[in-house]
Amino acid sequence: MEFELTETQKLFQRSARELFAQECPPPTVRQMIENDAPYSGELWDKLVEQGWTGLIFEEDAGGLGLGMVEMAVAFEEMGRALVPGAFLSTVPLAGALIDGAGNAAAREWHLKNICEGRAKATVALLEDNARWDLDAVNLRATETADGMKLKGKKLFVSDAGAADIIITAARRGSELILAIVARDAAGVGIKHMSAIDATRRLYEVSYADVHIPSGDILAQGHAAESALAHAIDVATLALSAEMVGGMGWVLETSVEYAKTRKQFGKPIGQFQAVQHHCANMLLMTESARSAVYYAAWVMGNDPKHAPLAVSMAKAYASDAYREVGNLGIQVHGGIGFTWDENLHFYYKRAKASELMFGDATYHRERIARLVIDRAEEPVTRATRAGD
Amino acid sequence: MDLNLTAAEQRFRDEFRAWLEANIPAEWSKSESHEFESTDDRFEFLRAWQKKMYEAGWAGISWPKEFGGRGASLIQQAIFLEEMARASAPPLLNVLGLSLLGPTLIAYGTEAQKKRFLANILSADEIWCQGYSEPNAGSDLASLRTEARLEGDHFIVNGQKTWTSLGHHADWCFAVVRSDPESARHKGLTYLLIDMHSPGVSLRPLKQMTGESEFNEVVFQDVRVPVENAVGKINGGWEIAIATLMFERGTLGASLQITFKRQIERLIQLARGIDRNGRPASDDPIIRQKLAQIFTEIEIFKLNQLRTLTRMSKSGVPGPEGSIQKIFWSEMNQRMQQVAMELLGPYGQLTRESDYTVDHGQWAYAYLRSRGNTIEAGTSEIQRNIIGHFVLGLPKSY
Repeated sequence: MEFELTETQKLFQRSARELFAQECPPPTVRQMIENDAPYSGELWDKLVEQGWTGLIFEEDAGGLGLGMVEMAVAFEEMGRALVPGAFLSTVPLAGALIDGAGNAAAREWHLKNICEGRAKATVALLEDNARWDLDAVNLRATETADGMKLKGKKLFVSDAGAADIIITAARRGSELILAIVARDAAGVGIKHMSAIDATRRLYEVSYADVHIPSGDILAQGHAAESALAHAIDVATLALSAEMVGGMGWVLETSVEYAKTRKQFGKPIGQFQAVQHHCANMLLMTESARSAVYYAAWVMGNDPKHAPLAVSMAKAYASDAYREVGNLGIQVHGGIGFTWDENLHFYYKRAKASELMFGDATYHRERIARLVIDRAEEPVTRATRAGD
Repeated sequence: MDLNLTAAEQRFRDEFRAWLEANIPAEWSKSESHEFESTDDRFEFLRAWQKKMYEAGWAGISWPKEFGGRGASLIQQAIFLEEMARASAPPLLNVLGLSLLGPTLIAYGTEAQKKRFLANILSADEIWCQGYSEPNAGSDLASLRTEARLEGDHFIVNGQKTWTSLGHHADWCFAVVRSDPESARHKGLTYLLIDMHSPGVSLRPLKQMTGESEFNEVVFQDVRVPVENAVGKINGGWEIAIATLMFERGTLGASLQITFKRQIERLIQLARGIDRNGRPASDDPIIRQKLAQIFTEIEIFKLNQLRTLTRMSKSGVPGPEGSIQKIFWSEMNQRMQQVAMELLGPYGQLTRESDYTVDHGQWAYAYLRSRGNTIEAGTSEIQRNIIGHFVLGLPKSY
């Protein structure tokens, strides 16, 4: 039994850290935020060049074929560097959905496009009621002669403005439908929803009788449900790993500050009140990290228990990243409240991440269903195991 | 990264599990609360149990083979503790000797000391207690004042120790004493092995807020201790004292984790039968949130433990990360006991003497007992100081 990264995984971690130090240093992130331009073609090209857009997909689809643990490593490093852009929406969310939907043609075309850097993608799930459970999907799909048409509105769609395709969850009668919608299709309207985290933009997507040719129905019914549930779990795991990386950055930055900032003639880190804040930040960061890497391992090796492990990771990380952010600002004092420090960018990402794919309360209820009610979730296909 | 047991680890687990199944005495298993006529009966039962484990090679498994142990790896030690907890096995009585003094003597003792003491620790023929804390030296151990005056080939020991567990049954005490009266703080201390049957040793039980007495106060009055009972150098005892404490950290979490897991499972079961606003408490959204949170924290406690064990297995030394675990479980347990109280409502407060009690009053007891968790073996404040200084590299605050 061994609970730590292998040497190869550590090597991957180091090279990822170097990649972002080089390609996405803090001044670049700040510039992207201040120019309200979180989607950098240059950065995306670098990720494509490294094969990252195919990180978790098999070689036959043009991917690298790495496992869930490697994915967690990649996202932890992206969270530490606060990498802006559509990576989360494209790879572990939309990509995993296409990969798992059991639609060979879509996999052959769209997943390959993602892996090879020709397309970005996202998933449109939430509606007015802003519920993350699949029962809340209501957007109307109606049959036409050669496919379906979609009518309605989606909210909080991440990165829709940058995505080439928006996989849209809709309902035909009682049946769940996953439709692949081109962003520039006739009748599709895209409007930015201004929110606190400028590194991952949210959009309203409207559908005015958007025509979906039958070849663009990714999945329907039970297949759609289990593929979507699985993709959301993969993306939730990736997001939780990203949150751990952010926590690590906030912790290290705050500890560094506590060592150098002097008041009453000594470093403030010499005062126990400040030390204890830092100790609490470490405790939460390391605990979240344990939960995330466990979930990554389980998803690759014991998929039956993945929903519980993912929900535990997201529930804990959601509370922890927010609280680590709270303490980080408190340790920094006045300077932590200024625009000029980078801390608040992480603080805003923490809140946005907490809300994405369900907050701690949402995931605790899911844990309760699994543990107290002993509810069974459908076993989805096994994801490739890490080493 | 592989969270499965290796084949060898599995064999070790299976072997020990089978042994426990075959050997846990019926008189222990049949009484759920493990009650005995008197504490002396309990003591003698546990002494015999350790002897049985010793004879089968299951006492002191972490010790090197040449001293009667198995040279077990950290993971094996964790498996051992998990299996003990899973089987609700009687505890090993001489726990301070096995986990603290034994490893200290193996590392720092003279050949004569090893020969004289080690085997009797394993067999429970001699029971050990720990003499560290004093009424005025708690978190600040280095301020201790129990005096050991060297007269010829004996120390004359005078002073008082407190929070001494097993004191009333102990044959021996490993103590830290001030051997240089002119010294201050960490200097001038000696690590001394004191025969508890010596003239001048007296004991008074310390009654806790739970009503029981796990601990004693020990008074030494002109107690004569031969000079060869010093471990390490005279006036060089601080280093040994700290080394002993390092052995305390590490694998404790393995058995706690099973205990906690059993408690949350029991709470979930109880919740199904408790009426909350006309429906089972297990359907109440607030109770569900709280149970799910505790369940998650117990799992994370276990996972943190696994990461620490992996790291320690590679580096060979227990690190200050133990402080994170100590804070995590002690504070988590207090929250869990509070959730239990909320779940049980007015029944939660009943002690085992009541006809209406739930689970023999264990929840009322555990609620009170958990207050000690954030104090014993280093308060949460001291643990956070350790993390601040030794893990995060912040300047020492005192």
